[in-house]
Amino acid sequence: MSNIKQEPFIARHQAQWEQFENWLAYKQSPRQWQRKHGEQVTPPTLEDMPRQYRQICHHLAIANTRMYSPLLIKRLDHMVTQGHQHLYEIRTHFLRSISRYFTRTFPALIRQEWRLLVIASLLFYVPFFAMLIGLQFYPDMVYSVLDGSSVRSIESMYDPSLHERFGREREADSDVLMFGHYILNNTSIDFRTFAGGLFFGIGTLFYTLFNGVYIGAVAGHLTQLGYIDTFWGFVSGHASLELTALVFSAAAGLKLGAAIIRPGRKSRIRALIDNGKISMNIMYGTATMTIMAAFVEAFWSSIAWMPLVVKYSVSALLWALVISYFVWMGRNRAA
Amino acid sequence: MQIDTTYSVATPEGIHLHLTPAGPIPRIYAWSIDIFIRVFLYIGIGFTARLLGNFGAGLGLIVIFIIEWFYPVFFEVLYNGQTPGKKMFNLYVAQENGAPVSIGSSMVRNIIRFIDFFPLLYGFAFVSMMLSDKFQRLGDLAANTVVLYRPDNSTHSLSNEELDTIKPQHPPFALTPKEQQSIINFSHRMHRLHHDRSDELARLTGDLVRDQKHPAQYLQAIANSLTGKV
Repeated sequence: MSNIKQEPFIARHQAQWEQFENWLAYKQSPRQWQRKHGEQVTPPTLEDMPRQYRQICHHLAIANTRMYSPLLIKRLDHMVTQGHQHLYEIRTHFLRSISRYFTRTFPALIRQEWRLLVIASLLFYVPFFAMLIGLQFYPDMVYSVLDGSSVRSIESMYDPSLHERFGREREADSDVLMFGHYILNNTSIDFRTFAGGLFFGIGTLFYTLFNGVYIGAVAGHLTQLGYIDTFWGFVSGHASLELTALVFSAAAGLKLGAAIIRPGRKSRIRALIDNGKISMNIMYGTATMTIMAAFVEAFWSSIAWMPLVVKYSVSALLWALVISYFVWMGRNRAA
Repeated sequence: MQIDTTYSVATPEGIHLHLTPAGPIPRIYAWSIDIFIRVFLYIGIGFTARLLGNFGAGLGLIVIFIIEWFYPVFFEVLYNGQTPGKKMFNLYVAQENGAPVSIGSSMVRNIIRFIDFFPLLYGFAFVSMMLSDKFQRLGDLAANTVVLYRPDNSTHSLSNEELDTIKPQHPPFALTPKEQQSIINFSHRMHRLHHDRSDELARLTGDLVRDQKHPAQYLQAIANSLTGKV
Protein backbone atom coordinates (compact mmCIF):
# COMPACT_ATOMS: atom_id res chain seq x y z
CA MET A 1 0.00 0.00 0.00
CA SER A 2 1.39 3.32 -0.92
CA ASN A 3 1.70 6.13 1.55
CA ILE A 4 -1.78 7.55 1.04
CA LYS A 5 -2.96 10.84 2.43
CA GLN A 6 -5.45 11.31 5.19
CA GLU A 7 -8.63 11.95 3.23
CA PRO A 8 -8.46 8.89 0.98
CA PHE A 9 -7.51 6.87 4.07
CA ILE A 10 -10.65 8.06 5.85
CA ALA A 11 -12.78 7.51 2.76
CA ARG A 12 -11.51 3.96 2.45
CA HIS A 13 -12.33 2.94 6.02
CA GLN A 14 -15.14 5.27 6.99
CA ALA A 15 -17.86 2.66 6.50
CA GLN A 16 -16.12 0.12 8.71
CA TRP A 17 -15.48 2.69 11.43
CA GLU A 18 -19.04 3.90 11.43
CA GLN A 19 -20.29 0.36 11.76
CA PHE A 20 -17.89 -0.29 14.61
CA GLU A 21 -18.83 2.92 16.41
CA ASN A 22 -22.50 2.16 16.04
CA TRP A 23 -21.94 -1.27 17.53
CA LEU A 24 -19.95 0.23 20.42
CA ALA A 25 -22.70 2.74 21.09
CA TYR A 26 -25.21 -0.08 21.24
CA LYS A 27 -23.03 -2.17 23.55
CA GLN A 28 -22.39 0.78 25.81
CA SER A 29 -26.05 1.43 26.46
CA PRO A 30 -28.59 -0.64 24.53
CA ARG A 31 -31.53 1.34 25.88
CA GLN A 32 -30.16 4.74 24.85
CA TRP A 33 -29.34 3.34 21.44
CA GLN A 34 -32.87 2.07 20.98
CA ARG A 35 -34.33 5.40 22.06
CA LYS A 36 -32.16 7.22 19.56
CA HIS A 37 -32.78 4.93 16.62
CA GLY A 38 -36.38 3.91 17.34
CA GLU A 39 -37.63 0.66 18.81
CA GLN A 40 -38.21 -0.97 15.43
CA VAL A 41 -34.60 -0.76 14.27
CA THR A 42 -32.81 -4.06 14.83
CA PRO A 43 -29.72 -3.76 17.03
CA PRO A 44 -26.41 -3.77 15.16
CA THR A 45 -24.30 -6.88 15.07
CA LEU A 46 -20.64 -7.07 14.29
CA GLU A 47 -19.22 -9.88 12.26
CA ASP A 48 -15.96 -11.28 13.62
CA MET A 49 -15.43 -8.51 16.15
CA PRO A 50 -11.84 -9.54 17.12
CA ARG A 51 -10.72 -9.28 13.49
CA GLN A 52 -12.36 -5.90 12.95
CA TYR A 53 -10.90 -4.69 16.24
CA ARG A 54 -7.41 -5.69 15.16
CA GLN A 55 -7.88 -3.95 11.84
CA ILE A 56 -8.83 -0.74 13.60
CA CYS A 57 -5.80 -1.12 15.87
CA HIS A 58 -3.79 -1.32 12.69
CA HIS A 59 -5.47 1.81 11.35
CA LEU A 60 -4.57 3.62 14.56
CA ALA A 61 -0.95 2.55 14.26
CA ILE A 62 -0.85 3.77 10.64
CA ALA A 63 -2.50 7.07 11.55
CA ASN A 64 0.08 7.52 14.29
CA THR A 65 3.15 6.87 12.17
CA ARG A 66 1.88 9.01 9.30
CA MET A 67 1.01 11.79 11.71
CA TYR A 68 -2.53 12.14 10.55
CA SER A 69 -4.72 14.71 12.21
CA PRO A 70 -4.92 14.38 16.00
CA LEU A 71 -8.70 14.43 15.66
CA LEU A 72 -8.62 11.31 13.53
CA ILE A 73 -6.16 9.67 15.91
CA LYS A 74 -8.38 10.56 18.82
CA ARG A 75 -11.36 9.03 17.12
CA LEU A 76 -9.49 5.80 16.40
CA ASP A 77 -8.03 5.76 19.89
CA HIS A 78 -11.51 6.01 21.33
CA MET A 79 -12.73 3.13 19.20
CA VAL A 80 -9.78 0.99 20.22
CA THR A 81 -10.09 1.75 23.94
CA GLN A 82 -13.78 0.87 23.90
CA GLY A 83 -13.23 -2.17 21.73
CA HIS A 84 -10.53 -3.35 24.12
CA GLN A 85 -13.08 -3.29 26.93
CA HIS A 86 -15.44 -5.54 24.99
CA LEU A 87 -12.86 -7.90 23.53
CA TYR A 88 -11.25 -8.55 26.91
CA GLU A 89 -14.51 -8.74 28.79
CA ILE A 90 -14.40 -11.40 31.48
CA ARG A 91 -16.65 -14.32 30.72
CA THR A 92 -16.87 -16.95 33.44
CA HIS A 93 -19.12 -19.86 34.14
CA PHE A 94 -20.64 -18.46 37.26
CA LEU A 95 -22.13 -21.63 38.74
CA ARG A 96 -19.12 -23.75 37.92
CA SER A 97 -16.72 -21.28 39.46
CA ILE A 98 -18.85 -21.13 42.61
CA SER A 99 -18.91 -24.89 43.03
CA ARG A 100 -15.20 -25.06 42.36
CA TYR A 101 -14.65 -22.35 44.93
CA PHE A 102 -16.41 -24.19 47.73
CA THR A 103 -15.13 -27.64 46.90
CA ARG A 104 -11.50 -26.68 46.37
CA THR A 105 -10.30 -23.11 46.42
CA PHE A 106 -11.66 -21.90 49.74
CA PRO A 107 -10.61 -24.81 52.02
CA ALA A 108 -7.28 -25.11 50.19
CA LEU A 109 -6.60 -21.41 50.70
CA ILE A 110 -7.33 -21.69 54.42
CA ARG A 111 -4.85 -24.54 54.72
CA GLN A 112 -2.30 -22.61 52.69
CA GLU A 113 -2.56 -19.61 55.01
CA TRP A 114 -2.37 -21.67 58.22
CA ARG A 115 0.29 -19.43 59.77
CA LEU A 116 -1.91 -16.36 59.59
CA LEU A 117 -4.80 -18.46 60.84
CA VAL A 118 -2.83 -19.41 63.96
CA ILE A 119 -2.00 -15.77 64.64
CA ALA A 120 -5.59 -14.68 64.02
CA SER A 121 -6.92 -17.44 66.32
CA LEU A 122 -4.55 -16.39 69.08
CA LEU A 123 -5.59 -12.74 68.65
CA PHE A 124 -9.20 -13.68 69.18
CA TYR A 125 -9.18 -16.66 71.53
CA VAL A 126 -6.51 -15.49 74.01
CA PRO A 127 -8.43 -12.37 75.11
CA PHE A 128 -11.68 -14.34 74.84
CA PHE A 129 -10.60 -17.06 77.27
CA ALA A 130 -8.71 -14.59 79.45
CA MET A 131 -11.92 -12.61 79.97
CA LEU A 132 -14.06 -15.72 80.31
CA ILE A 133 -11.86 -17.23 83.03
CA GLY A 134 -10.88 -13.96 84.67
CA LEU A 135 -14.49 -12.94 85.24
CA GLN A 136 -15.15 -16.11 87.26
CA PHE A 137 -12.69 -14.81 89.87
CA TYR A 138 -13.14 -11.06 89.54
CA PRO A 139 -16.78 -10.55 88.48
CA ASP A 140 -16.57 -6.76 88.74
CA MET A 141 -14.07 -6.67 85.91
CA VAL A 142 -17.01 -6.78 83.48
CA TYR A 143 -17.64 -3.10 84.14
CA SER A 144 -14.22 -2.19 82.83
CA VAL A 145 -15.33 -3.49 79.41
CA LEU A 146 -19.08 -2.83 79.30
CA ASP A 147 -21.09 -0.04 80.83
CA GLY A 148 -23.92 -0.69 83.27
CA SER A 149 -26.82 -0.42 80.85
CA SER A 150 -25.23 -2.82 78.32
CA VAL A 151 -24.66 -5.32 81.11
CA ARG A 152 -28.30 -5.06 82.14
CA SER A 153 -29.63 -5.46 78.61
CA ILE A 154 -27.40 -8.48 78.00
CA GLU A 155 -28.56 -10.02 81.28
CA SER A 156 -32.19 -9.56 80.26
CA MET A 157 -31.56 -11.26 76.92
CA TYR A 158 -30.47 -14.50 78.59
CA ASP A 159 -32.68 -14.46 81.67
CA PRO A 160 -33.70 -18.11 82.27
CA SER A 161 -37.22 -16.94 83.06
CA LEU A 162 -37.75 -16.21 79.37
CA HIS A 163 -39.52 -19.13 77.89
CA GLU A 164 -40.28 -18.43 74.26
CA ARG A 165 -37.29 -16.90 72.55
CA PHE A 166 -34.00 -15.77 73.99
CA GLY A 167 -30.89 -13.96 72.92
CA ARG A 168 -33.07 -10.90 72.28
CA GLU A 169 -34.10 -7.84 74.12
CA ARG A 170 -37.81 -8.09 73.49
CA GLU A 171 -39.95 -11.14 72.93
CA ALA A 172 -41.71 -9.47 70.04
CA ASP A 173 -38.76 -9.39 67.67
CA SER A 174 -39.42 -11.88 64.92
CA ASP A 175 -36.94 -14.42 63.59
CA VAL A 176 -36.71 -12.75 60.21
CA LEU A 177 -36.03 -9.36 61.76
CA MET A 178 -33.20 -10.86 63.77
CA PHE A 179 -31.90 -12.69 60.71
CA GLY A 180 -31.61 -9.40 58.85
CA HIS A 181 -30.06 -7.75 61.86
CA TYR A 182 -27.42 -10.49 62.28
CA ILE A 183 -26.49 -10.45 58.61
CA LEU A 184 -26.08 -6.68 58.46
CA ASN A 185 -24.23 -6.53 61.74
CA ASN A 186 -21.96 -9.57 61.68
CA THR A 187 -20.97 -9.46 58.02
CA SER A 188 -20.17 -5.78 58.32
CA ILE A 189 -17.94 -6.59 61.30
CA ASP A 190 -16.16 -9.20 59.18
CA PHE A 191 -15.66 -6.78 56.29
CA ARG A 192 -14.33 -4.08 58.60
CA THR A 193 -11.96 -6.47 60.30
CA PHE A 194 -10.69 -7.42 56.86
CA ALA A 195 -10.40 -3.90 55.46
CA GLY A 196 -8.69 -2.71 58.64
CA GLY A 197 -5.72 -4.86 57.65
CA LEU A 198 -4.77 -2.34 55.01
CA PHE A 199 -3.71 0.07 57.71
CA PHE A 200 -0.53 -1.92 58.52
CA GLY A 201 -2.75 -4.62 60.03
CA ILE A 202 -3.57 -2.36 62.96
CA GLY A 203 -7.28 -2.15 62.14
CA THR A 204 -7.54 -5.93 62.03
CA LEU A 205 -5.60 -6.22 65.29
CA PHE A 206 -7.90 -3.75 66.97
CA TYR A 207 -11.17 -5.29 65.78
CA THR A 208 -10.07 -8.85 66.55
CA LEU A 209 -8.75 -8.11 70.04
CA PHE A 210 -11.78 -5.94 70.76
CA ASN A 211 -14.18 -8.70 69.71
CA GLY A 212 -12.23 -11.24 71.75
CA VAL A 213 -12.41 -9.09 74.86
CA TYR A 214 -16.03 -8.08 74.32
CA ILE A 215 -17.43 -11.52 73.55
CA GLY A 216 -15.28 -13.00 76.33
CA ALA A 217 -16.65 -10.45 78.78
CA VAL A 218 -20.26 -11.18 77.87
CA ALA A 219 -19.71 -14.93 78.06
CA GLY A 220 -17.76 -14.68 81.31
CA HIS A 221 -20.30 -12.45 82.98
CA LEU A 222 -23.30 -14.58 82.07
CA THR A 223 -21.49 -17.77 83.08
CA GLN A 224 -20.61 -16.26 86.41
CA LEU A 225 -24.26 -15.27 86.92
CA GLY A 226 -25.26 -18.86 86.32
CA TYR A 227 -27.14 -18.27 83.05
CA ILE A 228 -25.26 -21.23 81.66
CA ASP A 229 -28.05 -23.11 79.96
CA THR A 230 -29.63 -20.14 78.29
CA PHE A 231 -26.43 -18.45 77.15
CA TRP A 232 -24.32 -21.42 76.11
CA GLY A 233 -27.37 -23.19 74.77
CA PHE A 234 -28.02 -20.16 72.57
CA VAL A 235 -24.54 -19.44 71.26
CA SER A 236 -23.25 -22.99 70.89
CA GLY A 237 -25.38 -23.54 67.78
CA HIS A 238 -23.84 -20.88 65.58
CA ALA A 239 -20.50 -20.35 67.34
CA SER A 240 -18.65 -22.77 65.08
CA LEU A 241 -19.58 -20.82 61.94
CA GLU A 242 -19.54 -17.32 63.33
CA LEU A 243 -16.35 -17.38 65.39
CA THR A 244 -14.48 -19.27 62.69
CA ALA A 245 -15.60 -16.67 60.15
CA LEU A 246 -14.41 -13.90 62.47
CA VAL A 247 -11.00 -15.55 62.74
CA PHE A 248 -10.89 -15.96 58.95
CA SER A 249 -11.62 -12.28 58.37
CA ALA A 250 -8.82 -11.46 60.79
CA ALA A 251 -6.49 -13.76 58.85
CA ALA A 252 -7.54 -12.09 55.57
CA GLY A 253 -6.93 -8.67 57.12
CA LEU A 254 -3.50 -9.73 58.33
CA LYS A 255 -2.73 -10.95 54.83
CA LEU A 256 -3.39 -7.42 53.56
CA GLY A 257 -1.30 -5.92 56.33
CA ALA A 258 1.52 -8.35 55.61
CA ALA A 259 1.77 -6.97 52.08
CA ILE A 260 2.64 -3.57 53.50
CA ILE A 261 4.74 -4.60 56.49
CA ARG A 262 6.58 -7.45 54.83
CA PRO A 263 6.28 -7.30 51.03
CA GLY A 264 9.27 -9.63 50.55
CA ARG A 265 10.88 -9.27 47.15
CA LYS A 266 7.91 -7.53 45.57
CA SER A 267 7.08 -3.85 45.61
CA ARG A 268 4.51 -2.94 48.25
CA ILE A 269 1.86 -2.22 45.63
CA ARG A 270 2.46 -5.50 43.82
CA ALA A 271 2.37 -7.42 47.12
CA LEU A 272 -0.86 -5.63 48.04
CA ILE A 273 -2.48 -6.57 44.74
CA ASP A 274 -1.42 -10.22 45.05
CA ASN A 275 -2.38 -10.54 48.71
CA GLY A 276 -5.59 -8.64 48.06
CA LYS A 277 -6.67 -11.33 45.62
CA ILE A 278 -5.93 -14.10 48.12
CA SER A 279 -7.63 -12.37 51.01
CA MET A 280 -10.67 -11.48 48.91
CA ASN A 281 -10.93 -15.16 48.04
CA ILE A 282 -10.97 -15.92 51.76
CA MET A 283 -13.62 -13.25 52.34
CA TYR A 284 -16.15 -14.72 49.89
CA GLY A 285 -16.30 -17.91 51.95
CA THR A 286 -16.16 -16.02 55.21
CA ALA A 287 -19.15 -13.88 54.32
CA THR A 288 -21.06 -17.02 53.30
CA MET A 289 -20.26 -18.61 56.65
CA THR A 290 -21.42 -15.53 58.53
CA ILE A 291 -24.71 -15.51 56.65
CA MET A 292 -25.15 -19.22 57.46
CA ALA A 293 -24.37 -18.45 61.08
CA ALA A 294 -26.97 -15.68 61.07
CA PHE A 295 -29.52 -18.16 59.74
CA VAL A 296 -28.77 -20.68 62.49
CA GLU A 297 -28.75 -17.94 65.11
CA ALA A 298 -32.10 -16.50 64.08
CA PHE A 299 -34.08 -19.66 63.40
CA TRP A 300 -32.48 -22.38 65.52
CA SER A 301 -30.39 -21.04 68.40
CA SER A 302 -33.20 -18.87 69.69
CA ILE A 303 -35.76 -21.67 70.17
CA ALA A 304 -36.15 -21.80 73.94
CA TRP A 305 -38.04 -25.06 74.34
CA MET A 306 -35.47 -27.18 72.50
CA PRO A 307 -33.86 -29.63 74.96
CA LEU A 308 -30.27 -28.72 75.74
CA VAL A 309 -29.03 -32.17 74.77
CA VAL A 310 -30.23 -31.59 71.23
CA LYS A 311 -28.71 -28.12 71.10
CA TYR A 312 -25.31 -29.26 72.32
CA SER A 313 -25.30 -32.26 69.99
CA VAL A 314 -26.10 -30.05 67.00
CA SER A 315 -23.37 -27.68 68.09
CA ALA A 316 -20.85 -30.51 68.34
CA LEU A 317 -21.94 -31.77 64.93
CA LEU A 318 -21.50 -28.33 63.36
CA TRP A 319 -18.06 -27.89 64.88
CA ALA A 320 -17.07 -31.30 63.54
CA LEU A 321 -18.42 -30.39 60.09
CA VAL A 322 -16.65 -27.04 59.98
CA ILE A 323 -13.33 -28.50 61.10
CA SER A 324 -13.44 -31.51 58.80
CA TYR A 325 -14.46 -29.32 55.86
CA PHE A 326 -11.36 -27.21 56.23
CA VAL A 327 -9.08 -30.13 57.00
CA TRP A 328 -10.14 -32.51 54.24
CA MET A 329 -12.17 -30.77 51.56
CA GLY A 330 -10.48 -30.42 48.20
CA ARG A 331 -7.33 -32.34 49.08
CA ASN A 332 -5.62 -34.67 46.57
CA ARG A 333 -6.95 -32.74 43.63
CA ALA A 334 -5.16 -30.49 41.30
CA ALA A 335 -6.08 -27.04 42.55
CA MET B 1 6.87 17.37 28.88
CA GLN B 2 3.72 15.85 30.23
CA ILE B 3 1.18 18.30 31.53
CA ASP B 4 -1.80 16.01 31.98
CA THR B 5 -2.34 12.67 33.75
CA THR B 6 -2.86 10.59 30.63
CA TYR B 7 -0.86 7.39 30.58
CA SER B 8 -0.56 4.75 27.93
CA VAL B 9 -0.81 1.00 28.03
CA ALA B 10 0.60 -1.32 25.38
CA THR B 11 -1.86 -3.94 24.15
CA PRO B 12 -1.26 -7.30 22.47
CA GLU B 13 -2.30 -5.68 19.17
CA GLY B 14 0.85 -3.60 19.24
CA ILE B 15 -0.74 -0.24 19.89
CA HIS B 16 -0.99 2.04 22.89
CA LEU B 17 -4.20 2.85 24.67
CA HIS B 18 -4.33 6.36 26.09
CA LEU B 19 -6.12 6.43 29.41
CA THR B 20 -6.93 9.48 31.49
CA PRO B 21 -7.48 8.91 35.24
CA ALA B 22 -10.02 11.11 36.99
CA GLY B 23 -9.05 13.18 40.00
CA PRO B 24 -10.84 13.62 43.31
CA ILE B 25 -13.30 16.35 42.31
CA PRO B 26 -15.32 14.56 39.60
CA ARG B 27 -15.20 11.45 41.75
CA ILE B 28 -16.67 13.31 44.70
CA TYR B 29 -19.49 14.52 42.43
CA ALA B 30 -20.13 10.98 41.19
CA TRP B 31 -20.03 9.62 44.73
CA SER B 32 -22.53 12.24 45.90
CA ILE B 33 -24.98 11.18 43.21
CA ASP B 34 -24.58 7.55 44.24
CA ILE B 35 -25.04 8.30 47.93
CA PHE B 36 -28.13 10.30 47.07
CA ILE B 37 -29.59 7.35 45.16
CA ARG B 38 -28.75 5.01 48.01
CA VAL B 39 -30.32 7.18 50.69
CA PHE B 40 -33.38 7.45 48.49
CA LEU B 41 -33.51 3.63 48.23
CA TYR B 42 -33.08 3.25 51.99
CA ILE B 43 -35.99 5.57 52.65
CA GLY B 44 -38.11 3.61 50.18
CA ILE B 45 -37.13 0.35 51.87
CA GLY B 46 -37.88 1.82 55.27
CA PHE B 47 -41.42 2.77 54.26
CA THR B 48 -42.14 -0.56 52.59
CA ALA B 49 -40.69 -2.50 55.51
CA ARG B 50 -42.89 -0.63 57.97
CA LEU B 51 -45.99 -1.86 56.13
CA LEU B 52 -44.85 -5.46 56.44
CA GLY B 53 -44.06 -5.44 60.17
CA ASN B 54 -41.15 -7.33 61.69
CA PHE B 55 -40.89 -9.72 58.80
CA GLY B 56 -40.52 -6.78 56.42
CA ALA B 57 -38.05 -5.10 58.73
CA GLY B 58 -35.89 -8.22 58.62
CA LEU B 59 -36.02 -8.38 54.84
CA GLY B 60 -35.34 -4.64 54.73
CA LEU B 61 -32.17 -5.09 56.78
CA ILE B 62 -30.98 -7.82 54.42
CA VAL B 63 -31.63 -5.60 51.41
CA ILE B 64 -29.84 -2.70 53.10
CA PHE B 65 -26.88 -4.96 53.77
CA ILE B 66 -26.75 -5.94 50.11
CA ILE B 67 -27.05 -2.33 48.87
CA GLU B 68 -24.54 -1.03 51.38
CA TRP B 69 -21.76 -3.37 50.32
CA PHE B 70 -22.64 -4.42 46.79
CA TYR B 71 -24.27 -1.44 45.07
CA PRO B 72 -21.02 -0.28 43.44
CA VAL B 73 -19.91 -3.84 42.65
CA PHE B 74 -23.17 -4.58 40.87
CA PHE B 75 -22.92 -1.56 38.58
CA GLU B 76 -19.19 -1.68 38.02
CA VAL B 77 -19.26 -5.28 36.88
CA LEU B 78 -22.50 -5.28 34.87
CA TYR B 79 -22.64 -1.74 33.48
CA ASN B 80 -19.23 -1.15 31.90
CA GLY B 81 -17.59 -0.01 35.13
CA GLN B 82 -20.11 2.76 35.72
CA THR B 83 -22.29 3.34 38.75
CA PRO B 84 -25.12 5.78 37.99
CA GLY B 85 -23.05 8.61 39.50
CA LYS B 86 -19.99 7.73 37.45
CA LYS B 87 -22.11 7.48 34.33
CA MET B 88 -23.44 10.96 34.90
CA PHE B 89 -19.92 12.37 35.10
CA ASN B 90 -18.55 10.24 32.29
CA LEU B 91 -16.23 8.18 34.47
CA TYR B 92 -15.68 4.45 34.57
CA VAL B 93 -13.72 1.92 36.58
CA ALA B 94 -11.23 -0.29 34.77
CA GLN B 95 -8.23 -2.42 35.60
CA GLU B 96 -5.02 -0.42 35.47
CA ASN B 97 -4.18 -1.93 32.08
CA GLY B 98 -7.46 -0.71 30.57
CA ALA B 99 -9.23 -4.08 30.72
CA PRO B 100 -12.75 -4.22 32.17
CA VAL B 101 -12.88 -4.42 35.95
CA SER B 102 -13.22 -7.98 37.29
CA ILE B 103 -15.66 -9.06 40.00
CA GLY B 104 -12.81 -9.75 42.41
CA SER B 105 -11.19 -6.36 41.88
CA SER B 106 -14.49 -4.58 42.20
CA MET B 107 -15.19 -6.37 45.49
CA VAL B 108 -11.74 -5.50 46.85
CA ARG B 109 -11.94 -1.83 45.97
CA ASN B 110 -15.41 -1.47 47.44
CA ILE B 111 -14.77 -3.29 50.70
CA ILE B 112 -11.57 -1.34 51.26
CA ARG B 113 -13.69 1.77 50.71
CA PHE B 114 -14.38 1.38 54.43
CA ILE B 115 -10.72 2.17 55.19
CA ASP B 116 -10.57 4.89 52.54
CA PHE B 117 -13.37 6.62 54.39
CA PHE B 118 -11.18 7.05 57.48
CA PRO B 119 -10.41 9.24 59.30
CA LEU B 120 -13.13 11.54 58.07
CA LEU B 121 -15.01 11.61 54.74
CA TYR B 122 -12.44 9.78 52.61
CA GLY B 123 -9.37 11.31 54.25
CA PHE B 124 -7.10 8.37 53.45
CA ALA B 125 -8.55 8.12 49.96
CA PHE B 126 -7.69 11.76 49.31
CA VAL B 127 -4.12 11.46 50.56
CA SER B 128 -3.63 8.26 48.60
CA MET B 129 -5.00 9.86 45.42
CA MET B 130 -2.71 12.84 45.81
CA LEU B 131 0.32 10.62 46.27
CA SER B 132 -0.32 8.17 43.44
CA ASP B 133 0.24 9.24 39.85
CA LYS B 134 -3.05 7.71 38.69
CA PHE B 135 -5.31 9.16 41.39
CA GLN B 136 -5.81 5.77 43.00
CA ARG B 137 -7.35 5.49 46.43
CA LEU B 138 -6.25 2.67 48.72
CA GLY B 139 -8.96 0.36 47.41
CA ASP B 140 -7.81 1.02 43.84
CA LEU B 141 -4.22 0.27 44.76
CA ALA B 142 -5.15 -3.07 46.32
CA ALA B 143 -7.51 -4.00 43.48
CA ASN B 144 -5.20 -2.70 40.73
CA THR B 145 -7.97 -0.51 39.33
CA VAL B 146 -8.28 3.08 38.15
CA VAL B 147 -11.17 5.46 37.60
CA LEU B 148 -10.90 6.82 34.06
CA TYR B 149 -12.55 9.45 31.95
CA ARG B 150 -14.59 8.09 29.12
CA PRO B 151 -13.64 10.35 26.21
CA ASP B 152 -16.57 11.69 24.26
CA ASN B 153 -15.96 11.74 20.55
CA SER B 154 -19.15 13.44 19.53
CA THR B 155 -18.00 17.08 19.68
CA HIS B 156 -15.29 17.02 17.03
CA SER B 157 -16.16 16.56 13.44
CA LEU B 158 -13.48 15.83 10.92
CA SER B 159 -15.15 17.65 8.05
CA ASN B 160 -16.66 21.07 7.64
CA GLU B 161 -18.55 21.75 4.45
CA GLU B 162 -17.69 25.40 4.06
CA LEU B 163 -13.96 24.93 4.56
CA ASP B 164 -13.78 21.72 2.57
CA THR B 165 -14.67 23.58 -0.61
CA ILE B 166 -11.50 25.67 -0.52
CA LYS B 167 -9.31 24.63 -3.41
CA PRO B 168 -6.25 22.64 -2.27
CA GLN B 169 -2.89 24.33 -2.81
CA HIS B 170 0.57 22.89 -2.51
CA PRO B 171 2.77 24.47 0.13
CA PRO B 172 5.43 26.75 -1.43
CA PHE B 173 8.24 24.78 0.20
CA ALA B 174 8.65 21.42 1.94
CA LEU B 175 7.15 21.16 5.43
CA THR B 176 8.31 18.82 8.16
CA PRO B 177 5.78 16.24 9.39
CA LYS B 178 5.34 18.20 12.64
CA GLU B 179 4.56 21.36 10.70
CA GLN B 180 2.15 19.50 8.45
CA GLN B 181 0.37 18.13 11.48
CA SER B 182 0.05 21.55 13.09
CA ILE B 183 -1.47 22.98 9.94
CA ILE B 184 -3.95 20.14 9.64
CA ASN B 185 -4.80 20.50 13.29
CA PHE B 186 -5.33 24.23 12.81
CA SER B 187 -7.61 23.64 9.86
CA HIS B 188 -9.84 21.39 11.98
CA ARG B 189 -10.25 24.05 14.61
CA MET B 190 -10.62 27.00 12.28
CA HIS B 191 -14.39 26.88 12.07
CA ARG B 192 -14.62 27.47 15.80
CA LEU B 193 -12.55 30.69 15.65
CA HIS B 194 -13.42 34.18 14.57
CA HIS B 195 -12.01 35.25 11.18
CA ASP B 196 -9.67 37.88 12.61
CA ARG B 197 -8.45 35.53 15.28
CA SER B 198 -7.76 32.71 12.86
CA ASP B 199 -5.88 35.10 10.55
CA GLU B 200 -3.88 36.31 13.53
CA LEU B 201 -2.97 32.76 14.46
CA ALA B 202 -2.18 31.87 10.87
CA ARG B 203 0.29 34.78 10.61
CA LEU B 204 2.38 33.09 13.29
CA THR B 205 3.61 30.72 10.59
CA GLY B 206 5.76 33.61 9.24
CA ASP B 207 7.33 32.94 5.87
CA LEU B 208 4.60 30.58 4.81
CA VAL B 209 1.90 33.26 4.70
CA ARG B 210 4.00 36.41 4.18
CA ASP B 211 2.31 37.59 0.96
CA GLN B 212 -1.17 36.26 1.67
CA LYS B 213 -4.24 38.43 2.10
CA HIS B 214 -6.21 35.72 3.91
CA PRO B 215 -3.59 33.65 5.70
CA ALA B 216 -6.08 31.42 7.47
CA GLN B 217 -7.80 30.47 4.23
CA TYR B 218 -4.44 29.86 2.64
CA LEU B 219 -3.44 27.50 5.45
CA GLN B 220 -6.75 25.73 5.02
CA ALA B 221 -5.95 25.28 1.34
CA ILE B 222 -2.58 23.82 2.23
CA ALA B 223 -4.22 21.56 4.80
CA ASN B 224 -6.68 20.36 2.18
CA SER B 225 -3.79 19.50 -0.06
CA LEU B 226 -1.89 17.77 2.74
CA THR B 227 -4.83 15.60 3.75
CA GLY B 228 -5.47 14.79 0.12
CA LYS B 229 -8.85 16.44 -0.44
CA VAL B 230 -9.78 16.75 -4.06
